[in-house]
Amino acid sequence: MEESASAPKCVLAARRISKSFGAVPVLFSVSFDVCEGEVHALIGENGAGKSTLMKILAGFQPPTSGDILLDGEQIDLPPNGEAEDLGIVLIHQELNLAEQMTVEENIFLGRELTSRGFLDRLTMRRQVEVLLKQVGLDIAPTARISDLSIAQKQMVEITKAMNRNARILIMDEPTAVLTPSETKLFFRQVEQLKKRGVGIVFVSHKLAEVKEISDRVTIMRDGQWIGTKPTSELSLDDMAQMMVGRELSDLYPPMNEVDVDAPVILGVENLSTGKVKNVSFDLRKGEILGFSGLVGSGRTELFEAICGVVPVDSGTIKFDNEVVNFKSVSQARNAGLSYLTKDRKGKGLLLLQKMAPNMSLFSLPKFIKNMMIDQKAEEKALARGIRRFDIRTRDADIRVGDLSGGNQQKLLLAKMMETDPRVIIVDEPTRGIDVGTKQQIYHFIAALAAEGVSVVVISSEMPEIIGICHRVFVMREGRMMGALTGTEINENEIMRYAAGLKEAS
Amino acid sequence: MSDTEVISAERKRAFSIDLKAMGPALALLILCIIGYSLNSAFLSEGNITNLLTRSAFIGIIAVGATFVITAGGIDLSVGSMAAVISGVMIIIMNNLVDTFGAGAVTVLIGCGCSLILGIGAGWINGALTTKGKIEAFIVTLGTMGIYRSLVTYFADGGTLSLNFDLRGTYRPVYYDSFLGLPIPVWVFIGVSIAGWVILNRTAFGRYCTAIGSNESVAKYSAVNVDRIKTATYVIQGFCVALATIIYVPRLGSASASTGVLWELEAIAAVIIGGTVLKGGYGRIGGTILGALILTTIGNILNFTDVISNYLNGTMQGLIIIIAVWLQRADWSKKKV
Repeated sequence: MEESASAPKCVLAARRISKSFGAVPVLFSVSFDVCEGEVHALIGENGAGKSTLMKILAGFQPPTSGDILLDGEQIDLPPNGEAEDLGIVLIHQELNLAEQMTVEENIFLGRELTSRGFLDRLTMRRQVEVLLKQVGLDIAPTARISDLSIAQKQMVEITKAMNRNARILIMDEPTAVLTPSETKLFFRQVEQLKKRGVGIVFVSHKLAEVKEISDRVTIMRDGQWIGTKPTSELSLDDMAQMMVGRELSDLYPPMNEVDVDAPVILGVENLSTGKVKNVSFDLRKGEILGFSGLVGSGRTELFEAICGVVPVDSGTIKFDNEVVNFKSVSQARNAGLSYLTKDRKGKGLLLLQKMAPNMSLFSLPKFIKNMMIDQKAEEKALARGIRRFDIRTRDADIRVGDLSGGNQQKLLLAKMMETDPRVIIVDEPTRGIDVGTKQQIYHFIAALAAEGVSVVVISSEMPEIIGICHRVFVMREGRMMGALTGTEINENEIMRYAAGLKEAS
Repeated sequence: MSDTEVISAERKRAFSIDLKAMGPALALLILCIIGYSLNSAFLSEGNITNLLTRSAFIGIIAVGATFVITAGGIDLSVGSMAAVISGVMIIIMNNLVDTFGAGAVTVLIGCGCSLILGIGAGWINGALTTKGKIEAFIVTLGTMGIYRSLVTYFADGGTLSLNFDLRGTYRPVYYDSFLGLPIPVWVFIGVSIAGWVILNRTAFGRYCTAIGSNESVAKYSAVNVDRIKTATYVIQGFCVALATIIYVPRLGSASASTGVLWELEAIAAVIIGGTVLKGGYGRIGGTILGALILTTIGNILNFTDVISNYLNGTMQGLIIIIAVWLQRADWSKKKV
């Protein structure tokens, strides 16, 4: 690549890489390089080929054609993560830590220090302490991974990579699950890594973060290299436009006002659970209600309690003017209340199964004819869902785990809508999916509301809360901090409530 | 990997899925050919009938185990459960002879009790696993010990024998034939068909698979996880009771050594058949073939002198390990 000629020193470069899976090409002659002490962001929609390129750069998959250069010399990277020995470390989105082991055991896993055949715990602990201090992570080396927050786990992964003297760190959406404050901390660490001369490949869907942290940006679309430019030369709109290849002026759909006399369908008064304290709110027919707040502010638990996943301690829930207390998800579903989890891989979809059984699972009683599952009806439902939610797949027999994140999310939406709900609660509906799919999902939500379905959107991404919600509630540490309507709905106000600087009396 | 290699790998994958489904059938076919080549009497009508009848016990229990394992559980107590059920059933029937005579009524009451005991025992396993939140392995390891010692206690360390007159009444259930096939084989066929339909065509079967794949997903998809899991153990208990009903007339007795290691044979049949031990994927057809394979091995060893009959367990063990090894090889390939 010409652009990189003037850059400091290129450590890892890919030249004209192509990759096909069977007869299906996914990368077309893509070039990419990363230099010492720079952050090179890689952006593109889901399915653009970012993951494949990352895996090729880290040796997890061999390219079909093209060269990989390490320090200017052509090399065949060893498979299965052995490239770590060359200083190339890929940090997966699903973190690879042994949950039951301690921080220090994880950091030294596979390369434990020994003296006279026994583990040299003392030296290892000391080294880990130093490393943790360097990254500014305030946890004990003896803490168990399972007790840490996701952000802390991520830091442990990075510490582990540093301990391996990583020269190139490839990170797949490291900030997807981080709160804004955690992201800031994370970026500070990235700066430090840069100073130490580590080259970082940063994959993210959050363009604002890309703008903030990266030195160069490479944009991919449909397996093609679209461009590599210094970040300073690109605006957020430029990036988005290069990613999708079209103008994205209407990311958010036009807002339909709720009827003034629309009835309240869900009313919650003084609800308390283990984590939620005394929360009240109401939701009207056809309304889109936003729930904002920091990660861990109790929003998910509030709605899990309403839908019968976790028990309610006290308070009343009125659904369609009747007091209800759903003991199970199926009761809530039968009443017309459906919750879409934010954890689509862990709680949303059966990844090893095909699309049809996933699609019908939530509403299976509907598919029973003469005590048996009506498989024709299932197929029809799948075809309907694929059409309605624009699920793009080459083959309906694909395992759901092999679908892209955006398509998985669309399938989840389709699965939920099969229950014919009157109220839907979507938790982080666009987590880890690309701009184009996000836009589609916002339009689906708006269309559902226009049809009279009431929607609760739980999201940590403020722009989407602001972009699609009629009213916004902000929670903090299990409590309701305030409600916002109209022009009050802006980042500043939401942040002040979420951070506890302001509270409605 | 070059282009062509990738393509051939995919072809292999498609082929290996077929192989996985066909594997147990192929293995059984090979065993039959070996059996026939060693001794042509292997394929005689008498031996085939005998083989099928012998397979029926383990087969029926294994159909139940397929549900438990598909839903991510395990039941180690089935062998002991069979023993204690046969013991209690014999005691009840013997005591009823005075009241109801040695006729069909007594036998029917005995069978009814057997089913109730099986369902009850299964429910206990299920409730302890789900409501008690104890791992199935531990729960059923515990009940395995309890049931085994109970039958020893009831038999006072010896053997519980069925009343001689009752044996005459009950005997046909094991020894008689209907349309050329022994009654246990008919029961086996019935249980297999019912099992296949329930697992593959009903909401319950779908829920079992979903729970075995990922319990959280099932829970969030409005599946009553505890109830379904408990039901799998109840089905297992019911199947054990059915197997016991056709087993008791065979010997007319029960002792501490009744049904020893049946649990392992049942689990082995399930695994050989292609059901995944960690749950989420179950195959009733495979389980049936698995049960037939296990019985056939023993049968062939009985028929020939090439390998000592005492090595039956060795042969079965090898088959189990090879079967799982083949499955694993397949899984890892798909993951890449």
